[in-house]
Amino acid sequence: MTTATDLGNPAVVLTGITKRFPGVVANDDIRLTVRAGEVHALCGENGAGKSTLMKILYGMQQPDEGTIEVDGAEVRFRTPADAIKAGIGMVHQHFMLADNLTVQENVVLGAEALHGIGGRARARIQELAGQTGLRVDPGVLVEQLGVADRQRVEILKVLYRGARIIILDEPTAVLVPQEVDELFDTLRGMREQGFTFLFISHKLDEVRAIADSITVIRRGTTVGTVDPTSVTTRQLAEMMVGSELPSPETRESTVTDRAVLTVAGLHLSDDTGRAVLDEIDLAVHAGEIVGIAGVEGNGQTELVEAIMGIRKADGGSVLLVGADDAIVDLTKLSTLHRREAGIGYIPEDRHRHGLLLTQSLWFNRILGFQTRKPVVNGRWLDVEGARKDTRRIVEQFDVRTPGIEVPAAALSGGNQQKLIVGRELSGDPVLVIASHPTRGVDVGAQALIWEQIKQARAAGLAVLLVSADLDELIGLSDTIKVMLRGRLVADADPATVTPEELGSAMTGASTGGEEEA
Amino acid sequence: MIDTTAAPSTTPVAPVKRRIPAWANGILWTLASIVLLTVTADLTGLANITATATIQAGLQLAVPLLLAGLGGLWAERAGVVNIGLEGMMILGTWGSAWAGYQWGPWAAVAGGIVFGALGGLLHAVATVTFGVNHIVSGVAINLLGAGVAKYLSTLLFTSVSHNPRQSPKVPGFDTYSAQPLADWLGDLEKQQRYVVSDIAGILHGLLSGVSPLTMITILLVPVSYLLLWRTRFGLRLRSCGENPVAAESLGVNVYRQKYLAVIVSGGFAGLGGAALVLAPGQNGYLENQTNGRGYIGLAAMIFGNWRPGGLLGGAALFGYADGLQTLTDGKTVLGLFYGVALLIWVIALVQLIRRKWIVGLIAVLAGGALYLLYLSIDSLPSELTTYLPHIVTIVVLAMSAQRLRMPAADGLIYRRGQGS
Amino acid sequence: MRSLRGKLLPPVVAIVFSALLCSVALIISGSNPAKALAVMVVQVGRDTTLVDIVNSASVYYLVGIAVAIGFKMNLFNIGVEGQYRIGAALAAIVGGQLNMPPVIGQIVIILTAMVGGAAYAALPAILKVTRGVSEVITTIMLNAIAGGIIALLIKQGAFGVLNNNNISTKPIPSSNWIPGISFGSAGTVFGLVLLAILVGVGYWVLLNRTRFGFELQASGESPTAATAGGVDAKRMIVIAMLVSGAIAGLTALPEVLGRDHAYTLISPQGYGFTGIAVALLGRNNPGGIAFGALLWAFLDQSAVSLDVIQVPREIVTIMQGAIVLSVVVSYEVIRRLELAAEQRRVGLQLAAATTGSAS
Repeated sequence: MTTATDLGNPAVVLTGITKRFPGVVANDDIRLTVRAGEVHALCGENGAGKSTLMKILYGMQQPDEGTIEVDGAEVRFRTPADAIKAGIGMVHQHFMLADNLTVQENVVLGAEALHGIGGRARARIQELAGQTGLRVDPGVLVEQLGVADRQRVEILKVLYRGARIIILDEPTAVLVPQEVDELFDTLRGMREQGFTFLFISHKLDEVRAIADSITVIRRGTTVGTVDPTSVTTRQLAEMMVGSELPSPETRESTVTDRAVLTVAGLHLSDDTGRAVLDEIDLAVHAGEIVGIAGVEGNGQTELVEAIMGIRKADGGSVLLVGADDAIVDLTKLSTLHRREAGIGYIPEDRHRHGLLLTQSLWFNRILGFQTRKPVVNGRWLDVEGARKDTRRIVEQFDVRTPGIEVPAAALSGGNQQKLIVGRELSGDPVLVIASHPTRGVDVGAQALIWEQIKQARAAGLAVLLVSADLDELIGLSDTIKVMLRGRLVADADPATVTPEELGSAMTGASTGGEEEA
Repeated sequence: MIDTTAAPSTTPVAPVKRRIPAWANGILWTLASIVLLTVTADLTGLANITATATIQAGLQLAVPLLLAGLGGLWAERAGVVNIGLEGMMILGTWGSAWAGYQWGPWAAVAGGIVFGALGGLLHAVATVTFGVNHIVSGVAINLLGAGVAKYLSTLLFTSVSHNPRQSPKVPGFDTYSAQPLADWLGDLEKQQRYVVSDIAGILHGLLSGVSPLTMITILLVPVSYLLLWRTRFGLRLRSCGENPVAAESLGVNVYRQKYLAVIVSGGFAGLGGAALVLAPGQNGYLENQTNGRGYIGLAAMIFGNWRPGGLLGGAALFGYADGLQTLTDGKTVLGLFYGVALLIWVIALVQLIRRKWIVGLIAVLAGGALYLLYLSIDSLPSELTTYLPHIVTIVVLAMSAQRLRMPAADGLIYRRGQGS
Repeated sequence: MRSLRGKLLPPVVAIVFSALLCSVALIISGSNPAKALAVMVVQVGRDTTLVDIVNSASVYYLVGIAVAIGFKMNLFNIGVEGQYRIGAALAAIVGGQLNMPPVIGQIVIILTAMVGGAAYAALPAILKVTRGVSEVITTIMLNAIAGGIIALLIKQGAFGVLNNNNISTKPIPSSNWIPGISFGSAGTVFGLVLLAILVGVGYWVLLNRTRFGFELQASGESPTAATAGGVDAKRMIVIAMLVSGAIAGLTALPEVLGRDHAYTLISPQGYGFTGIAVALLGRNNPGGIAFGALLWAFLDQSAVSLDVIQVPREIVTIMQGAIVLSVVVSYEVIRRLELAAEQRRVGLQLAAATTGSAS
């Protein structure tokens, strides 16, 4: 695997970059050469060290070892301001925009010295927008913009400061495919004008579509740089994860005809009266994993929270068949009663919804089970019981921790997630709702979580799986449903469907049904 | 392989609303208030509602509230909740009296600002550098401010004023009137002409016997607006209240901005204290003289939706209510209920014309209830009229909390490097 | 705040820092801090001082617990001030107006105080859960309004009587008093000190051993996680506010039933803010609050003896303010250091156990 381009001179050269955090080596002897005027992709799994590397290049963190060269000269960035001066800009994955300020205010903030904050700044923004095709009205409040427009504002911010080398951190994660295409067109146009891009992603197809060269990093170190035209997606994937590709695939079907969860006509409106869930009908059977595919923000979060009773649906019904075959009508019940009826819930944001970060592991074990044995006894907590059962989870789910008295915040993301999965599979649930169960966890934890979900399914558990990871969805699910603008618009058979087909269904490209509405 | 089961619904596009510019809005509200007071005064026969003395007292009482509110605005626009305004104001009253009795009114102004700013500095150290909860720090500063003022007052005032709770007399400012207009308006008011005299009374109250501090204070409202919304400094400051992580990523020194904002905030509160010390009929420091005005100022700011113009309206309302209840009796204050009932009915009419039936109906009923209250009792108990601003605050918050919009990161603890 | 060091260090640092600060203030004003300190310590053994400290502390303890219940779930019930005053006034009115048999009378009076305090806390709670109004502003406003309501209730013609140039409620008959525990010349401890201890024990059990306590702490730590875990956040807010208000209602009872036997317009005010200080000092922990209440009472008592040696008694208020501010700062700093240390420790232990495999 060699460097495969002969474009321009090196714009950025990273040599021997090493960064250690307590207990973890995030970057280990990373080497990377980006040539001027190319789109250089940086690929790697979650936790492989991409973000740390980019933060180092952008001056947000300092490397313990190694050197950075920009345009041939060695540089040392103490703050992002240093990097900006050297012509480097970064577009963060989570947008750094103030909603209640206008586009113009967001763009000029921190760079007021260039063209002031008034008319001249406005003219400059419009000039840049005209040059690059990143058209946004400078006068509107950012809160009124959609995701793609916000991203344009982010790129404008960087250009306004005179950046020629632009780091894009997972820029497509929040975009629908049409928007991705538009973004790529813009990037290609800007490349013609001499801009250099460092494109961070783990979406290999996209990377192959846009990049001039690809560098893969794994476990904090560079695996190699390749020419996208000469490798397949499969080869790239293997470089990313090492020799053995962890496969989420479930073997034989364990689906029964006993419908555990039956959702009928579920409807939910937001504050403005717009339907975010519309006529949702859904059944999950014992031993079945039903996957929900969809671009984020199409109602998956709302669906899960409506089934959990966290949001109150304004129409439709939710029925659950308990372990004793009794039908429980959940529609009017509280979250707690739904949990007691036998639902386990793995939330999408473990820090906000899954854990009490400063509390001990055993205290966290009680959350969601505060009415059930073995962690409580009537109105009283059973502290010993909670401790004992937490030890069981730690052992059974391989939660790497020095003890159960440490605060949950002290664990790594993967171990926190294993604790949550262990907790939610406790107490013999009949249904588990798993939202992005392996998001942001390491490969080891991912494999373990998949394995545990598969085992529970084989034992007759019904699972509703929401995920943005199409491979995970296709690999684990028995049935896939596609969600678009608050509706379930299509069914797919995971045995035959490809990620590409799913992708187009998620964006409404293949349904051809928009006219019917 | 993909079976389409349903068509996606389409999202309706929200209609674009035309907005009235802020300055025009301000003029409209001012005119509407004058009309409302005039009509109320005439229909209830309570001339005191628009009397010069009432308006003057209201203006006088609004000044400290306005200053405290501006203090709150500066701090909260930078993302720091400042419930310590009360304590900073207390510090301001002491500092102002101490400097004022020795070197005159302008020294009193400076002393108030400096002492208030010191309180602000303390709040900034606790909340910004050490990341202490803003409310907790504010409460602590209120305790500390009261203690320090009492201690220093005992220590330094007792020997001169022979009273540990009071300062020597502080010389006040001369007052100014817009002559000859003010005299003409005064004459007009005395003629007791229908409507005309009421309007003349209101204007006369606003244009006569005004101290330089009052003028400066009112001027500080547009100045704050221009600084916060029209300069690079203000943009940076507000960005810290909206999204400090983004601000820092763009090279804004968030800590410095917050420090500046909170110190200025304390300075405003301290100036508010000075306004109390220099108020006619007061002329000095008196223990417990702030009497919760820091909190009311904060309430005025919330009432004004974290905007300078709205805050001016809030302070004017609370100041007026306070002036009315100090100078008149429960009967006149009750007259205000009549006016409010009228106002609510006008709002109801607007809502009904806009076909917002439910809101309109509720407004009709609420106005009716107030009107009935006005008819059924002679006078408000004097024990309660003192707390009119407090009650109004609760009612307003209860009715409009969801429409208020505070800075997105207000009250959240921000640590440097949080975004990385 | 797991380690003992983490629990004890901040208050010690805060007290030492504040003492130094006050010493500097005293030196500047020409007094001798060593002498002042000596007087403060020696006074404890004199006359009834120790008993007075315990008596005040019982009041501070009750109000501190009331505040702590709110704080535990991030509710800033600044309104304990108004709640305890309303509770005490209503209790005194009921006690004075109704001529009740012993025991039943005391129970009714205590319950009235609790109901009064809770009722006055209900409005901010309801506004918070139904209208999203911050409890901080509403409770501050209600504190002020409480003064008006009390003035209205105990004016002559309502429930007030003129008593030595002072308007107060009708005196509570002696059969409904709560007798103190006499220590002869050392003074008499309020009988309701026992109630304060009982409330403290109850608070500990509630917090650490019951489902309600778990839900309270979970909601305080992360409302979102608590909701996902099936805790009804709105219900918790209302209950916590009501319980906090009910305990606040008890605050002035040791004085009303053990000393004053009536509520007057000049009955002490400001306990609510003392309660906030004491709760902060004790980190919402029942033992810590007891320490904070005793410290506060001790400082209050010192004011009297400082007057004797011509040191302005207000130095005590400064010291109290400085203690609160520095204790919250040091708690915050140490909490952060401890969490970072814990994360490092876990990281290191795991790195030693599994080199390379975990990320």
